[in-house]
Amino acid sequence: MSIWLARLAIDRWRLEAGCAEGEGADAEPHALIAETAHGPRIEAANDAGLAAGARPEMRLADARALCPQIRVSPSDPAGDLALLGKLALWAQRWGPWSALDRPDGLLVDVTAVAHLFGGEERLLADAQDMFARRGLRARLAIAPTAGAAWALAHYGPERAILAPESDAAKRLANLPVAALRLEGDVLTVLRRLGLKRIGQVGTIRRDAIQRRFRNRRSPAANPLLRMDQLLGRLPEPLLPVFAVPAPLVQRRLMEPIRHRELLDQVVADLAADMVRELESRAQGARRLEIGLWRVDGEVALRHLEFAAATRDAAHVCRLFAGKLDDVDAGFGFETVRLRASWTEPLPLAQGDIEAGAEGQGTSLAVCIDRLAMRLGEKAVRRPVPHPSHIPERAQRWQAPLAPEPASQGELAFHQRPLKLLDRPEKIAVLYPTPDGFPRSFRWRGKAHDIVRIEGPERIAPEWWRERGGTRLRDYYRIEDREGRRYWIYRLGLAGDGRGGAPDWFLQGLCA
Amino acid sequence: MDLSSFLTAGELASLGEQAPRWRPGLADARHSEVFAAGDEAGGAAAALALALDGLRPAEGEQREARPFLWVQDAAALRLGGRPYRHGLPETLRGRLIHVAAKTPEDMLFALEEGVRCRDLAFVIGELAGNPRALDFTASRRLSLAAERHGVPLYLVRLDAARDLSSARMRWEVKSAPSSAPRWNAAAPGRPSWRAELFRARAHAPGEWILRDEGNHLAADRLAATTPDHVDLARAAGDRPLAS
Repeated sequence: MSIWLARLAIDRWRLEAGCAEGEGADAEPHALIAETAHGPRIEAANDAGLAAGARPEMRLADARALCPQIRVSPSDPAGDLALLGKLALWAQRWGPWSALDRPDGLLVDVTAVAHLFGGEERLLADAQDMFARRGLRARLAIAPTAGAAWALAHYGPERAILAPESDAAKRLANLPVAALRLEGDVLTVLRRLGLKRIGQVGTIRRDAIQRRFRNRRSPAANPLLRMDQLLGRLPEPLLPVFAVPAPLVQRRLMEPIRHRELLDQVVADLAADMVRELESRAQGARRLEIGLWRVDGEVALRHLEFAAATRDAAHVCRLFAGKLDDVDAGFGFETVRLRASWTEPLPLAQGDIEAGAEGQGTSLAVCIDRLAMRLGEKAVRRPVPHPSHIPERAQRWQAPLAPEPASQGELAFHQRPLKLLDRPEKIAVLYPTPDGFPRSFRWRGKAHDIVRIEGPERIAPEWWRERGGTRLRDYYRIEDREGRRYWIYRLGLAGDGRGGAPDWFLQGLCA
Repeated sequence: MDLSSFLTAGELASLGEQAPRWRPGLADARHSEVFAAGDEAGGAAAALALALDGLRPAEGEQREARPFLWVQDAAALRLGGRPYRHGLPETLRGRLIHVAAKTPEDMLFALEEGVRCRDLAFVIGELAGNPRALDFTASRRLSLAAERHGVPLYLVRLDAARDLSSARMRWEVKSAPSSAPRWNAAAPGRPSWRAELFRARAHAPGEWILRDEGNHLAADRLAATTPDHVDLARAAGDRPLAS
């Protein structure tokens, strides 16, 4: 069975906007656009928009010329694909397995299941009804091969059924060649050859077409291969979708628990169960969610994230102990459930033959988890380089165990200070105007005489990012009479037309 | 009581003379404190140089780069800013994990978790002032944890008085005029610090000019202006009263 969700993107937008078909926001012309190199392009338009002249693949400027009042919102292909994945799992109610047919279709294997729904017509009617209930417009067809079902769903009559014993070539002869799932340029070639219907492809000798497309190996570029797949002469493997349920363990308690010691015991049991569950799948948890169901129906949810995949029950218990302090037990909890909503592969490893080597200290991931638990996620971070010459922008902070972002090469800076102040501090400087070396400066109420100096290192503002009035910076590396080394800069030049006399700032402390 | 069984002051002084002088490459202290002013980066830089110096003999055969932890409390962050990746020594650039603790208590927790972690090369802490949380007990706790797990801890004390501590080596560091660079005589050169080792368990006190020579730490001993055993009669601030 092939299911074509012809208006998936626009249906999804409508459901998110919360309006019925043709009402509310859907009554106005509306289009979903994608940004391209040549400006915004329409990806999908609603019925009112189509009536007003907007078409997919059209530039938004052209659509605006036809219909000035058209409204737009950005399209979301990733969200559409996620919805399609969910629908594919849901569609397994009609067959043992289903596959995605990107970008907006599903294929369900309904071999020998139609009788469960009272026949193929009833099955199609049921599916159509269910999709309509979810607010999605779908076109469906059943055929012996995936290719034929696709062709009928897209170009055939409503709810077409191709029985296995009927002559498929004859039934499908009247469909356009686009029903063969071919690429755009191949369709153009076929149209120029005068082949517009599937039946016409069969009127030309096979070796003539073979010669024409002899170096096209992929089925989507070769009409003969597609034709064979359509008629079932060639196999067409499909990639089925499988649901992978998140590891979940739970305890239903005979008596509601109200005390912390009992809860800790239950959490320890659950953690041990979870570790066993994860072990059987050779996975480790990155995020765990604990749900505590109270007798009066309230649910308390807490979640925990790990810096690296873990399968260590003691570590989990220790971190949860800090999370459960503020849970209100009320009349007691009757169910506790632990779910690993994000897991990563973590193969089983041989324990160290020397027990001492493992007992000695903690691993880095455990240490970071503990720190992040007490001090907060934002407190434990790692600096990574960022391609920019502005000093404070040349480093960014990220999670400590995340991989460094890929880059072609680091910028080679001349000399940089060991520490950078979060915000450059203003200093009063004696210097010969307009751009002489500084002689002495006053910072935090103390005067510093400058005895050695290197500079200026001029760093121009990033014009592609900042406003036009931003001033350049002249950096000096200096050492004062007592040997203290600093990094100071003058913001702007006298007479650069971007403000008055330049200010001086101290930004870094050198080693 | 027979006083003759006790050592005389002269013998005590000569014992102090016999103790090995500190020199670069002697990485035997797991818990060091570096006292420095808050308005310069000399303390943190000297601590990093000492840490690298201690790392070199250990890293000889295993060159795998273990990360290091740099913990700062809020006051130290405000005083001296955050570490800057492009200014760190070349070998440490990709290995920094920074922890910003709000209070000294959180900071001590982070330091202890750090020295307990077997995957860290060393831990650097920057703490401003003399917080109540860092008493002798807390300091002793850190020393024991560091020695048990073998992760060196360098605690930089910004603008702090020399209070009680169980650190095995205690330094007072100030920036010193840098060596002249090769090309531009007017520019600041390789950093150097004037470091006074005022209390150490295994070494005699002394004063050095430490210079970062790029691939190693060089130290020039300054002639002691006063005899070393005067340290015995120093005000009781930096040692337990009972000793």
